[in-house]
Amino acid sequence: MERTGIDLWVGLFVVVGVAALVMLAMKVGNLGTYNVSDAYRVHAYFTNIGGLKTTASIKSAGVLVGRVESISLDTQRYEAKVVMSIDKRYQFSKDTIGKILTSGLLGEQYIGLDAGGDTEMLKNGEQLKKTQSAMVLEDLIGKFLYSKAEEPAK
Amino acid sequence: MPAVKAIRGIGHQTINAVWRIGMATRFFFLTLMYSGSSFRRFHLIVKELFSTGVMSLIIIVVAGMFVGMVLGLQGYETLKRYGSESALGVMVALGLVRELGPVVAALLFASRAGSAMTAEIGLMKATEQISAMEMMAVHPIARIVAPRFWAGIISMPLLAALFSAVGVFGGYFVGVVQIGVDEGSFWSQMQAAVDFEHDILNGVIKSFVFGTAVTVIALFEGYDAPPTAEGVSGATTRTVVTSSLVILMLDFILTAMMFGGS
Repeated sequence: MERTGIDLWVGLFVVVGVAALVMLAMKVGNLGTYNVSDAYRVHAYFTNIGGLKTTASIKSAGVLVGRVESISLDTQRYEAKVVMSIDKRYQFSKDTIGKILTSGLLGEQYIGLDAGGDTEMLKNGEQLKKTQSAMVLEDLIGKFLYSKAEEPAK
Repeated sequence: MPAVKAIRGIGHQTINAVWRIGMATRFFFLTLMYSGSSFRRFHLIVKELFSTGVMSLIIIVVAGMFVGMVLGLQGYETLKRYGSESALGVMVALGLVRELGPVVAALLFASRAGSAMTAEIGLMKATEQISAMEMMAVHPIARIVAPRFWAGIISMPLLAALFSAVGVFGGYFVGVVQIGVDEGSFWSQMQAAVDFEHDILNGVIKSFVFGTAVTVIALFEGYDAPPTAEGVSGATTRTVVTSSLVILMLDFILTAMMFGGS
């Protein structure tokens, strides 16, 4: 084959291969969906985080607003300390409630933020005061059985 | 003494195997050493890219399409039992990007491009073209081996990425278009679960390692082949068998390193 023909085909091959890689990154992977370049950090304490993992999503009204950055155990209070990075575009009031929720019946756990009515907004490094821990199935069943036992026999 | 003869046979085999591994390693470093001139004459690499990369395009695209479609069907059948059909996109994408893309593309690459490389170089040796080059003071590794080596390394990650991308569309076609899984959850759950660094970049690293292994094996077998018709055919077979096994073993090691701990 002519030299220019080979050049054309090889060029096409490289372009198609790189396009496949870009498509994987953007459409299949999470690179196109969210970046945390412009974010502020807040932290919150939970008595139980259940199965929450780092990079889990943070949603408010179902919209993705940030990601969980780190999880550690605070040995002063024996509670889990969760650091969240939230997009600068979304400001939340000081009395926002953070809840650990589950998407679907068996899905991933994420943090849901319910905005409050305070006029002051959360700033970088501040703490979410009100939190609600993850629901643990064993505790739930235990509570149910306990309440059943307390009911008077008919 | 038959016992001594048998032990001598084992010893001979072992020494031979170690000798070949040593020769292959020396060959690999020689190739790297003589690579400079092939980058100065880049059109040699481009010519090899045509025969390794472009000529493998059709087999990669067709195989990727079918593998993705099968993943879509089988994944749907299994996920349906747990009522989580919406996770089909996650399953197809992770399966392709992490494992099937790099591994199956490398296996196809070994049998499509690797065997051709071995046969070509083996025949060059059998028809004494390589000796003729040495007579003309052209180093055969710099002129023949190095361009093919770099062409293999460049084309393998591109082919694996193409395989995964086409496969995801194959899964989309079967899952969403044919069966009727919700399109929004197919893509959004996929994007939430597939991480760029952890999944896609590790897949690219895998395909890069496989590409290096396959090309080195193919080139060495060709260069080392006995210069007879039988020798070349044996070398071609060994290329496909050895590189397939090496791909699968390397895949286990790389997977254990990348995904084993988490």
